[in-house]
Amino acid sequence: MRAAVIVFPGSNCDRDTAVAIEAAAGRAPAMVWHEDAELPAVDLIAIPGGFAYGDYLRSGAMAAHSPVMRAVAARARAGTAVLGICNGFQVLTEAGLLPGVLMRNAGLRFICRDVALRVERADTVFTRRYAPGAALTLPVAHNDGNYVADRATIDRLEGEGLVAFRYRDNPNGSAASIAGIFDPTRRILGMMPHPERAAEAVLGGTDGRALFESLAESLA
Amino acid sequence: MIAPEIVAEHGLSEDEYARILDILGREPNPVELGIVSAMWSEHCSYKSSRAWLATLPTEAPWVICGPGENAGVVDIGDGRAAVFKIESHNHPSFIEPYQGAATGVGGILRDVFTMGARPVALMNALRFGSPDHPRTRHLVAGVVSGIGGYGNCIGIPTVGGETGFDSAYDGNILVNAMAVGIADADRIFYARASGVGNPVVYVGSKTGRDGIHGATMASATFDAGAEARRPTVQVGDPFTEKLLLEACLELMATDAIVAIQDMGAAGLTSSALEMAAKGGVGIALDLDRVPVREAGMDAYEIMLSESQERMLMVLRPDSEEPAARVFRKWGLDFAVIGRLTDTGRVALAHGGESVADIPVDPLVAAAPRYRRPYVETEPPAMPPLPATGVAPLDALERLIAGPELASRRWIWEQYDHMVMGDTVARPGGDAAVIRIHGSARGIALTVDCTPRYCAADPRAGGRQAVAEAWRNLVAAGARPLAVTDNLNFGDPQRPGIMGQLVGCIEGIGEACRALDFPVVSGNVSLYNETGGRAILPTPVIGGLGLIDDLDRRASIAFAAPGQDIVAIGATAGHLGQSLLLRDVLASPGGPPPPVDLGIERRNGLFVRDRIARGAVSVCHDVSDGGLLVALAEMALASGIGAEIVPPDGVDALAWLFGEDQGRYLVALPAAAGLVERAAAAGVPAAVIGRTAGAALTVSGHGHISLASLKQAHEAWFPRFMAGR
Repeated sequence: MRAAVIVFPGSNCDRDTAVAIEAAAGRAPAMVWHEDAELPAVDLIAIPGGFAYGDYLRSGAMAAHSPVMRAVAARARAGTAVLGICNGFQVLTEAGLLPGVLMRNAGLRFICRDVALRVERADTVFTRRYAPGAALTLPVAHNDGNYVADRATIDRLEGEGLVAFRYRDNPNGSAASIAGIFDPTRRILGMMPHPERAAEAVLGGTDGRALFESLAESLA
Repeated sequence: MIAPEIVAEHGLSEDEYARILDILGREPNPVELGIVSAMWSEHCSYKSSRAWLATLPTEAPWVICGPGENAGVVDIGDGRAAVFKIESHNHPSFIEPYQGAATGVGGILRDVFTMGARPVALMNALRFGSPDHPRTRHLVAGVVSGIGGYGNCIGIPTVGGETGFDSAYDGNILVNAMAVGIADADRIFYARASGVGNPVVYVGSKTGRDGIHGATMASATFDAGAEARRPTVQVGDPFTEKLLLEACLELMATDAIVAIQDMGAAGLTSSALEMAAKGGVGIALDLDRVPVREAGMDAYEIMLSESQERMLMVLRPDSEEPAARVFRKWGLDFAVIGRLTDTGRVALAHGGESVADIPVDPLVAAAPRYRRPYVETEPPAMPPLPATGVAPLDALERLIAGPELASRRWIWEQYDHMVMGDTVARPGGDAAVIRIHGSARGIALTVDCTPRYCAADPRAGGRQAVAEAWRNLVAAGARPLAVTDNLNFGDPQRPGIMGQLVGCIEGIGEACRALDFPVVSGNVSLYNETGGRAILPTPVIGGLGLIDDLDRRASIAFAAPGQDIVAIGATAGHLGQSLLLRDVLASPGGPPPPVDLGIERRNGLFVRDRIARGAVSVCHDVSDGGLLVALAEMALASGIGAEIVPPDGVDALAWLFGEDQGRYLVALPAAAGLVERAAAAGVPAAVIGRTAGAALTVSGHGHISLASLKQAHEAWFPRFMAGR
């Protein structure tokens, strides 16, 4: 699997994501600067966590209009797999590649802790190494993780099986306890929890590793 | 002509002003007065503490750079170095808690990356007033979200700390932030300017009118109108700091930089003067070239602004263009604002005119240093214990559900403590552990102080703060390397307060010497008092240790039921200054527990050796609240209970809640070998019980379920913050 990790000036999980990808794929991803309008030929584009341009405006709102995101959108439309984690998920919704928006956590505080999740689809390039319905523990770390969309959108996500992960104990007020969603092709995944932070036993968990292994296997 | 009240407003005494007249041979102009007063402020000059700080041990074979630079540097092997420092932001955080705490984090991070290190962890030590005080909740909420807001955005994990409450902090809270970075040991950057003619470069944010005279504010006590000082508080921008961090590290990978210094307290004044003083050179600046946020700023404002996220650098000749490219890439200001000179003077021009011209060395050399008179604190005698007893498990439940020991989860879940992907031991244990990226080794970090001990007996309290930090690192399986200290006290012009400062520094020095644990950096914060009421003496010790193999470390959580629990170190049942006396029996007093540094070292080295050899992986130091609290914390961290049996003939309360030092609890499948080895090493070790079930049982005194203990432990903080 050839991968690229997008680096905004305020990205701060870019290295962590690259480490997890390299461990699963056996080769280091290309790190692509936000001002680059060209992307290398890759099988996976990862948009990491962080605060893209400081996010003093709505999280991800400015990043959605960056040069690199125009290139990402074009590749996504052409079928390249795109993974957005945390701020990456926020950027994907702001860019219109995924529906809905991530609002301020219901408790109005930043939350950093392990959360219990349920795998809703195990038949995608991102999740094939998980069992359907599997219980996972992954960390979250966000201020704006409260997934909000209109009723019709939620119904469509549910009806078409586009919910990827669901919180078992909703930490942030997300609609339908949604922790991650796919686009209709299931080639784009946005998720608030951090699989890259749970990919090594020494860091306290390995439940996130299978996501990167799924990608490496699917996109080999 | 400068009026005496203007001199006083600048915090200078008549004698100090006379000294300035003497050095300059004339009256200073207002810009010069502002510069010198900031340089000579307590905050920048350490004039009350310097003579005593000089008594601290600062050297060891592994120390690369001790106090005096932006941060301390220690060798951690494999060609790498840890760079770390703690610093207070007490006064601003009381006035404006969010920005005060946030900029405290920003400032300490700059101190670390100025030296060429990538910051890898943040810690903090916080002290607030009584939970009943009307301002406390607001201050806790603001400080915690300010620390989180800055650290989370810049992407450096906040991995631990400590938080205390006491009415002595009602009018002066403490916000001490510690940062740790990792650098290549042969690529450390210093502030020593050199090379006459070399360009002096300003990078980072523009200069605004914020924080003018913050250093002078931090060198005075508060009166009733503290809020009126809000304009002296700076405003932080963590995104810009992230840009500055990345740009500086990118430039540091080249050989463009001769010297670099962040602009912290007293802004451009102190960075320019420190660089010149350390290099023995002069510096000429054209203030018209300083990037400013608004038009019409005068020289005084430009020199004393404490706008954040700025750096001053001296570059090699011909490096200007490549350096400018790096900063442009990151969208930051880059301006050549002057040159180094051979005059030994700081010469400032603004609007084409000279606005200041002062000699560097004489002003630095003449900076006041005071041997202020002091009175030692007389340690109290042990009061008679109250006749009214308390059931041990009731006392445990009250302590662990009270402000002092309740879970701090409400705080640390607001800090991203995992970003950077190297956090091995998260908040809540004895020490945080961070993996050294790309290796199987780690560094352990802790911050510690027990202010009630320091108030009762400053010298014993100083020793204890160091011993506890050392012990926390040992309990995680680390080899303690060095200390950064944050000395928070009241007004040093009062002999009683000065006596606390002297006593604590003496105690710290003794312990650091005995434990091979040198002080490599630190900060002093004085005048923490309001209306004549001072804080408790609070010398916070930040400790750093090294773990050679992350597979051989210890955590506080029990690993399995059916294991032996061993108490290492002697339990005499010292109740003086214990939490049991203060918070349960309402009979505070007595002397703090004695710290025998030889015993501390012997017991600790034994424990560390067992962990390093893989024989022990569950370990907790025994401190606040004594043995039963330590046991409860181990059980709560794991969900595994314990049954313990107090020895025959001891006073159960004293045995369970005494705060004797030099002790650890460990749990392991079979204790016989450990106990035997301990005996051979002359270390007291006794099996006190076993891990079992889902309750804590004290033989002869009943039991309490972990579920209700957990509920009690977790409930206090959220309930307090919700105002219930």
